[in-house]
Amino acid sequence: MNLYSLRIDDHDVAIAADSTVLQAAQEASIAIPTLCFLEGLSAVAACRMCLVEVSGNDTLLPACITPVQEGMQVHTATPRLQDIRRTLIELLFTEGNHVCGICVANGHCELQNLAVEVGMDHSRLPYRFPDRHVDLSHPLFGMDHNRCVLCTRCVRVCDEVEGAHVWDVGWRGEHCRIIAGLEEPWGAVEACTHCGKCVEVCPTGALFHRGDTTDEKHSDPARLQALMQARQQQRWNP
Amino acid sequence: MHPESTPRRITIDPVTRIEGHAKITIQLDGSGAVATARFHVTEYRGFERFCEGRPFTEMAAITARICGICPVSHLLAAAKTGDKILGVAIPPAAEHLRRLMNLAQLTQSHALSFFHLSSPDFLLGWNSDPTQRNLFGLIAANPDLARAGIRLRQFGQGVIEALGGRKIHAAWAVPGGVRSPLSPALRDQIRAGLPEAFTIAERGLSLFKQLLDTQLQEELEVFGNFPSLFLGLVGKDGSWEHYGGRRSGGIRVMASDGSLVADGLQEDDVEQFLAEAVEPWSYLKFPYIQALGPQAGSYRVGPLARLNLCDCIGSERADQELQELRQRGGRVVTASFLYHLARLIEILACLEQMEQLLDDPLITATHVRARAGVNCHEAMGVSEAPRGTLFHHYWVDANGLIAKVNLIIATGQNNSAMNRTITQIARHYLADGNLSEAMLNRVEAGIRCFDPCLSCSTHAAGQMPLLVQLIGPDGTLLEERRRG
Repeated sequence: MNLYSLRIDDHDVAIAADSTVLQAAQEASIAIPTLCFLEGLSAVAACRMCLVEVSGNDTLLPACITPVQEGMQVHTATPRLQDIRRTLIELLFTEGNHVCGICVANGHCELQNLAVEVGMDHSRLPYRFPDRHVDLSHPLFGMDHNRCVLCTRCVRVCDEVEGAHVWDVGWRGEHCRIIAGLEEPWGAVEACTHCGKCVEVCPTGALFHRGDTTDEKHSDPARLQALMQARQQQRWNP
Repeated sequence: MHPESTPRRITIDPVTRIEGHAKITIQLDGSGAVATARFHVTEYRGFERFCEGRPFTEMAAITARICGICPVSHLLAAAKTGDKILGVAIPPAAEHLRRLMNLAQLTQSHALSFFHLSSPDFLLGWNSDPTQRNLFGLIAANPDLARAGIRLRQFGQGVIEALGGRKIHAAWAVPGGVRSPLSPALRDQIRAGLPEAFTIAERGLSLFKQLLDTQLQEELEVFGNFPSLFLGLVGKDGSWEHYGGRRSGGIRVMASDGSLVADGLQEDDVEQFLAEAVEPWSYLKFPYIQALGPQAGSYRVGPLARLNLCDCIGSERADQELQELRQRGGRVVTASFLYHLARLIEILACLEQMEQLLDDPLITATHVRARAGVNCHEAMGVSEAPRGTLFHHYWVDANGLIAKVNLIIATGQNNSAMNRTITQIARHYLADGNLSEAMLNRVEAGIRCFDPCLSCSTHAAGQMPLLVQLIGPDGTLLEERRRG
């Protein structure tokens, strides 16, 4: 196996050449915040939370999709990065309608945890209060677009793991949103297998079990990894 | 006419002791006497509007945020409306637990109203230094009583926390029941707090009755003593009721002579029975009984109404106090000043009923939630809040998204009565067309009899101090005083 050596903050790391900077940081037990990234799904670098500085490169690079290089010097927590991460979280909060006090995911929300982690005690940006709707047409689940951060985990899990491809990303710019089928009510999309993987991987309260009330959504993305591993090991084959 | 033709503004501290903010105008007639007095609520929040489009399952958590004093009332009314949208009868244990939380809510809110907000008026006197006539003045003058009031409120809040996990805005009651059962350990913890709570409640009762017998005779006559209708829930056997559910005997409306205008009315019939009038000078609506019109159909709700409406309370000590109240004020008590006494009697009733509920083994049962889909597209839920009957009315689409909301709040239902009360007080105490300090204090205290919660009643945000304006017959502003 071809190994590359690189330095992340004050740690020297040696890792397989086909790894990403995020994997290298995880190998060295260096925490880089992530939101759209989820082990087991393809990486899309949509949220930009994992941006890092690389010496000799003026551009900030998303750790989840940046391949390691020999001799790379990576900085994961500079003041500039910390300010950018806080601003990114503020942007996510202000461009949607995130009301934690009444949210199904309150207390178990990755966005909320990140806000705490980056020290967002208030928003320096004005709230936009967009007019978005809730889709409760599915018999088991609901989709609240007010709480969606467009991480696309639902799109990827449905496509890559379940193979149903119910979800996609529709429209552009500020109108960009997750759509079911060909922009249909979720309940009308026959491709949906009702498996609930999208609900399980959603980092916020955007996707939830119908009937859930405040604080009641307890997602566990680790279940996805368990499922992937079991499939890989063909545990269910006779 | 008023000796000074130009308006003047006098700032009075401290901020008024009501839950919310208001303005009062006193209109004089040509002879300089009081024509009318109006209680204006001048802010607007629009809760009913921004609930639209949300899942009905969120309504308990959203509407609980209307108020930090009585979130439990909104929580229960919303959960009961949600039960009806699901079309389920909730598990009996869930009803017991909701009852227990409502009793704790009534206890803590009444303790706040009596000990923290109103008792400085009675105990320190109408003419005492305004900077001292508040909870802090009470702490200085009578620390034991102030501490007792705080302890009683703490007990009620503690029960709410034991059940819902937090003292304020516990989103614990949900459509179909409640989210978690009560453990035997927490039941025992609640039970251990009851003896002290009983002692404080009885001490408050004995103190207030003594004041009524000695110093507060005039207030009984002047502070909103007039005939009116009373509305509230009663139990199946006509007993005192605060929740409804399986024990509900429906809504009863009684006139001051004891005759029944309506009995056994179901909350679903309320929309046909009640109407809401709107005045251009206040965001607070004026609900009334439709068939009787806005004047004759205005009514009072709250602790005094509940005690007037019931045949008995159903627990020993509170029933004794109810008999004493009726000896003092008649079968149907019309003196609004006795809302304070009614509050204290209700605290006693709450504590006794909590004791009964905690003794029932069902209280720790673990099946506490029924689940179902949307089976009904319109529902009205009711509960008795500390300040009176609270109605939540929702319309939902086929998927359970809120299409329309109407909230009928206790303070709104007392709106006409509050206006009549301050008119009566202003007429009695307005001397020579002047806004005297003693009159202002009593006008404010007249409002406080109803313990109005303006954040609930208008679902309003923000702060506005109490403003009293004296207006001449030609509409000119003669005098204005502001508090806060």
